Amino acid sequence: MPFKRFVEIGRVALVNYGKEHGRLVVIVDVIDQNRALVDAPDMVRSQVNFKRLSLTDLKVDIKRVPRKKELIKAMEDADVKNKWEKSSWGRKLIVKKTRANLNDFDRFKLMLVKIKKAAVVRQELAKLKKAA
Amino acid sequence: MAPKQRTARKVSRNPELIRGIGKYSRSQMYHKRGLWAIKAKNGGVLPRHDPKPKPQAPAQKSPKFYPADDVKKPLVNKHKAKPTKLRASITPGTVLILLAGRFKGKRVVFLKQLPSGLLLVTGPFKINGVPLRRVNQSYVIGTSTKVDVSGVNVDKFDDKYFAKEAEKKKKKEEGEFFESEKEEKKVLPQEKKDDQKTVDSALIKAIESVPDLKSYIGARFSLKQGVKPHELVF
Repeated sequence: MPFKRFVEIGRVALVNYGKEHGRLVVIVDVIDQNRALVDAPDMVRSQVNFKRLSLTDLKVDIKRVPRKKELIKAMEDADVKNKWEKSSWGRKLIVKKTRANLNDFDRFKLMLVKIKKAAVVRQELAKLKKAA
Repeated sequence: MAPKQRTARKVSRNPELIRGIGKYSRSQMYHKRGLWAIKAKNGGVLPRHDPKPKPQAPAQKSPKFYPADDVKKPLVNKHKAKPTKLRASITPGTVLILLAGRFKGKRVVFLKQLPSGLLLVTGPFKINGVPLRRVNQSYVIGTSTKVDVSGVNVDKFDDKYFAKEAEKKKKKEEGEFFESEKEEKKVLPQEKKDDQKTVDSALIKAIESVPDLKSYIGARFSLKQGVKPHELVF
């Protein structure tokens, strides 16, 4: 069980605590043992404790402390946004978000769909039981 | 054509330097207001109008009873209550969830706010059994689901429409104390039933145009296991 995700310049991380909770950021420099300098296209570059970061598999090819424009270009070249949204971690976060923002009417419609799906599953199960 | 061609008068001819202190002195303001010209026109004195003759008050008889101590008059109170402020989330056509009363949990369509502050609301009656009814804003959750109410005319409904009919006072007779009279069942006047139908027909059409909305409004709202109301988005 060796480590696979390392803190390095260009590592994409998810902020998991604090004001920037849920934001995808890129580690742009390491300040000291505990803190990293972190940057994202729509955010002012700031320091963040490593304990507030969850490392992801994604990595961006940048030099130490790049300019904002270079960072944005590098993120587009690595296609961070799409890769993140397609990854299972990213998809789970999106699902959580939509579920939290469901309207009362949406929840009702969801309940109807769940009932329908359960009915279909039960029918199929009954068929299989009968065949066995 | 009239000789008066003055433009609308400014608020004050004396600009304020600081609150309470004007730019011009009393004598300067006397000159600016032209009181000297008004006096000159009127022969050296300001014009004086005799007071209009007051209509003669009817002669009051002296009262035959004076209270022993001075009776205090209550102070004048001209306060008029405004109708309650409507929450921004509640607009005509919003689906509301009733939280208390006979119809608690029912999802209902909001029509308008009455002058008393209460909300006028309807089921529609055919869908969930809630008639045209008044409801207090505090006992209601406003959802973000809206129904198209442009085809509905609610101008004729106000608080007087919902007032209870004044019952004629029955004189108490001894015999009636022991007899339990069956009260006549209050029948809804046909006019109210027709009002309900006209309001609901346009609404039901709008509701049926949206899939699942009819069954949504027919169902009651309830909290299920694990559901946290403070985390729900309505």
